[in-house]
Amino acid sequence: MDKYIIAIILTFVMAIVTYIIRMIPFVFFRKKIKSNFIKSLLYYIPYAVLSAMTFPAIFYSTGSSAESIIMASVGTVIALIASITKRSLVVVAILAIVAVLATYGIMLLV
Amino acid sequence: MAKISTLTFKKGVSDGIPIALGYLSVSFAFGVTATSKMINPLISLLISMTNLTSAGQLAGVEVIASATATTFLSALFQIILTQLVINARYFLMSLTLSQKLEDKFTVADRLLCAFGITDEIFGVAVSKTQPISKKYMLGLILLPFIGWSVGTISGALLGSILPTFISDALSIALYAMFIAIVIPAGMNDKKIIPVVLISVALSCAFFFIPFLKVVPVGITYIICALVASVVGAIFFPIKDNEEE
Repeated sequence: MDKYIIAIILTFVMAIVTYIIRMIPFVFFRKKIKSNFIKSLLYYIPYAVLSAMTFPAIFYSTGSSAESIIMASVGTVIALIASITKRSLVVVAILAIVAVLATYGIMLLV
Repeated sequence: MAKISTLTFKKGVSDGIPIALGYLSVSFAFGVTATSKMINPLISLLISMTNLTSAGQLAGVEVIASATATTFLSALFQIILTQLVINARYFLMSLTLSQKLEDKFTVADRLLCAFGITDEIFGVAVSKTQPISKKYMLGLILLPFIGWSVGTISGALLGSILPTFISDALSIALYAMFIAIVIPAGMNDKKIIPVVLISVALSCAFFFIPFLKVVPVGITYIICALVASVVGAIFFPIKDNEEE
């Protein structure tokens, strides 16, 4: 199979699965979920997924050289600080990028 | 009450502006990341226009980027499981939102609007005190959808033109945004913190421990998230009316 065909098939499968998750409760369910276990599970899953996706991947997000890992680590620390001080999503993202670029600049100079 | 602020199409569009601006930059970063993983820019655009979800797409391109004809079935299996777990939260959001819709909301309207339920669109819609109309919902989804698509193709195309250090730096944006979602939630509800720490510890184990490294990355997210969330659900169950 051609790699574009594979990518397109996987894209549509991904889209259909994602759509079904959104659509089923929207169209069919009118009652509230009763099981507290399921409610708790659904409550925690987004945070658990996002954390697993972020760590340790964020340290390698700008590349896998030692310099890249230092840049990404500075960006991570800045993102953590900005998040603790409750900056908006976009601001945190921009500050992390700026921190990475600033570290890159500093490392060029020294 | 309805006279003070009816939920019109126009009101939806205006509520969607800040979301669209945020999506523009985040999807730009997604486009850059996808191109850096050798995904064709048009495929990246197709992914964004058909999926409209950040974390799921990022996990998806990892699977798509490594898929070949011989690993196709395993990639297919991985992508279905990954999306089910990562996007499970939409199930809860859809469920919550479905109870706020006005009576005129037909099944066809629901089929259409369900596509646009994202974290941010849900957050804005659910905060409304009035019943949600179809026109408002469509207006609210419109600009974020355009922003998400335009940002993706721009990032995907410019990602290969931009100097490497700039596109490398932009790749941190999505992860930074995830931190910006998790940290305030954890400060707001301390029960989230142990769940997050368990998930991170497991994720690091899969990343660094040699014999665990062979597990495909899509599967590791599922294992980390499910184990951490099950522990959370058993030891720190939420109280009623706390799922917001």
